[in-house]
Amino acid sequence: MCGIVGLFIRDPALEPRAGELLAQMLGVMSDRGPDSAGFAIYQDAPAGTLKLTLRGTAQSLEGLADGLAAALGAPVRAEPHDTHLVAQVPAAREAEARAWLAAHHPDVAVVGAGRRMEIYKEVGRPDDVARRFALPRMSGSHGIGHTRMATESAVTTRGAHPFSTGLDQCLVHNGSLSNHNSVRRTLQREGLSFETENDSEVAAGYLTWRMRQGATLKEALEASLGDLDGFYTFVVGAENGFAVLRDPIACKPAVMAETARYVAFGSEYRALAGLPGIEEARVFEPEPARVYAWERG
Amino acid sequence: MRVVDLERTSLRELNQALHALPADTADLRWKVLNPRGMHAVAVGLDAPVSVEIEGNVGYYCAGMNQQASVLVDGNAGVGVAENMMSGVVRVTGDVSQSAGATAHGGLLVIEGDASARCGISMKGVDIVVKGSIGPMSAFMAQAGNLVVLGDAGEALGDSLYEARLWVRGQVKSLGADCIAKEATDEERQILAGVLAKAGLEGEVAAQDFQLYGSARRLYHFHIDNVDAY
Repeated sequence: MCGIVGLFIRDPALEPRAGELLAQMLGVMSDRGPDSAGFAIYQDAPAGTLKLTLRGTAQSLEGLADGLAAALGAPVRAEPHDTHLVAQVPAAREAEARAWLAAHHPDVAVVGAGRRMEIYKEVGRPDDVARRFALPRMSGSHGIGHTRMATESAVTTRGAHPFSTGLDQCLVHNGSLSNHNSVRRTLQREGLSFETENDSEVAAGYLTWRMRQGATLKEALEASLGDLDGFYTFVVGAENGFAVLRDPIACKPAVMAETARYVAFGSEYRALAGLPGIEEARVFEPEPARVYAWERG
Repeated sequence: MRVVDLERTSLRELNQALHALPADTADLRWKVLNPRGMHAVAVGLDAPVSVEIEGNVGYYCAGMNQQASVLVDGNAGVGVAENMMSGVVRVTGDVSQSAGATAHGGLLVIEGDASARCGISMKGVDIVVKGSIGPMSAFMAQAGNLVVLGDAGEALGDSLYEARLWVRGQVKSLGADCIAKEATDEERQILAGVLAKAGLEGEVAAQDFQLYGSARRLYHFHIDNVDAY
C-alpha cells in the first residue's frame, strides 16, 4: 500500500493554509502508510536564490550555513526544520555549494534543490513527521506528500518519498515496479546514480533522464508508460504545479477534487474529506494511462 | 428513524448495531450522517432494513449485503456492494472501481458513472449504471445482468463466462472472448424486468440496448494454445 496526496492552490488567500491542509491529508493517510512520510512544498524564495534542502543530524547541520556562507563569500539564509535544513544560496553558485557540502559535510544529504521546492521526509507516523517539520505552519502554492508502507526496500529515511527528479521536481509513488532493476542498470549506464534499492527512486531517475534528453514533464511521463512495468500512481511536483499518472490498468487508487479554490489529489476520498468546500467540489477519478497536469498561469 | 452521526458515533458501533438487528426488527429505517469517505460503512447487513447514508463513503460500502436496502446519497469508493447476496444498493453519485464485484444476487443501481472493473467476477447480481462504466468491466463475469445506459470503456467482458452485458451507448473495445449477440425476446424481457426493478420502466426501452456475451471459446483447452503453458 502507500498513501499519496497533492494540493494545488488556485486562490492565493488559501496559500497560508497549504501546510495545514497538506498535513491533515497526510494524517488521514497514515493507515495506508505508517512507516514513514514525506512531502514537498513550494513557496517563493528571493529572486536569484536557490533552496537546497539538506538532511543530517543536529550535530552535522550545526554551523553548516555559516561555513557555507564563508566558503561562497555570500550570505546564506538557513531555516532549520528538525533533521532538515533549507539553505538559500545564490542560484548561480549551486555547483560550488554542492561541492563544498560534499567535501566538508559528506554525511549531509542534499534531498532536493529548486527555486521554490523544499522536501522533507523521515521515518515515523505521518502525523509525527508533519509535526516535527512544522508542516502545519508552512504556506505554499502547492505541495505533494506520501505515507509509506514499505514493500520493495527497507524502511529508512532515504527510502521515504518524495524523490527529487531534478530542480524543483520530485515524485511520490504508490505501487511497485517490476522492472526497476533493469531500468536502474540502464540509467546507471547513462550516468545516473542511485542512493537506494527503492523502485520509486528509479521512476524518479527515469523522469530526470528523459527530461535531461529534452522531454517535457508530460512527455517524460508518457514515455514511462512504455518503459516502466508494474503498478503505479505517480504524482510529480514541479515548480508551477503538479502532474498525475496512473498505470494502464489503474491498479492503484486515485481520486481528485477540483474547485475554484484548489485542485486536490488523494489515494482515497478520505484524504480530501477535510478540505474546505469539498462538498461542492467536482470529484473524479483520473483515467488510466492519461497524464493530468495543473499549473499556475 | 434511527439517526447515527459518524462524527459522534464510531463506525464499529454503527455496524455492530446493524448486525445485532433481529430478523423481525422494528428499527426499519436508519440514517447515517457524516461518513466522510470511511470504509466498510453498513457492511454485512442481514435484515430487511433501509439505511440511508448522507455523503460520500469509502471502500466496500454495503459489502456482503443481504436483504437490506442501502442508499448512498453521494459517491462510493472501491468495491461498493461487493459480494452482495440480496437486497438493493443504490448510489446517487459516481462509484470507484470494482463496483458489485463477485456479487451473487440483489440489485445495485449507480446513478452516476462507475470506474474500472465494474461487475468484475459478478455471479448473479443485477447492476444498473445510469452513466458510463470504465475499462475492464465485467472481467470474468459469471452470471447476472450488467446494464449500462451510457458507454463502456476498454476490454468489456474480458474472459467472460455467462453474464449478460447490456450497453445502450458505445463500447470502446471488447475483451477476449466477449462478442456482440442478438438478444432473444426472452432475454429482452429479462432486461425489461431489471430496468423495472431499478425504477426505469417507461424511461428507458429494453430495445435500445446491445447485448454482449461470451463466445465460449475459452471454455475448453485448445490444442493450438499448448505452447502458452
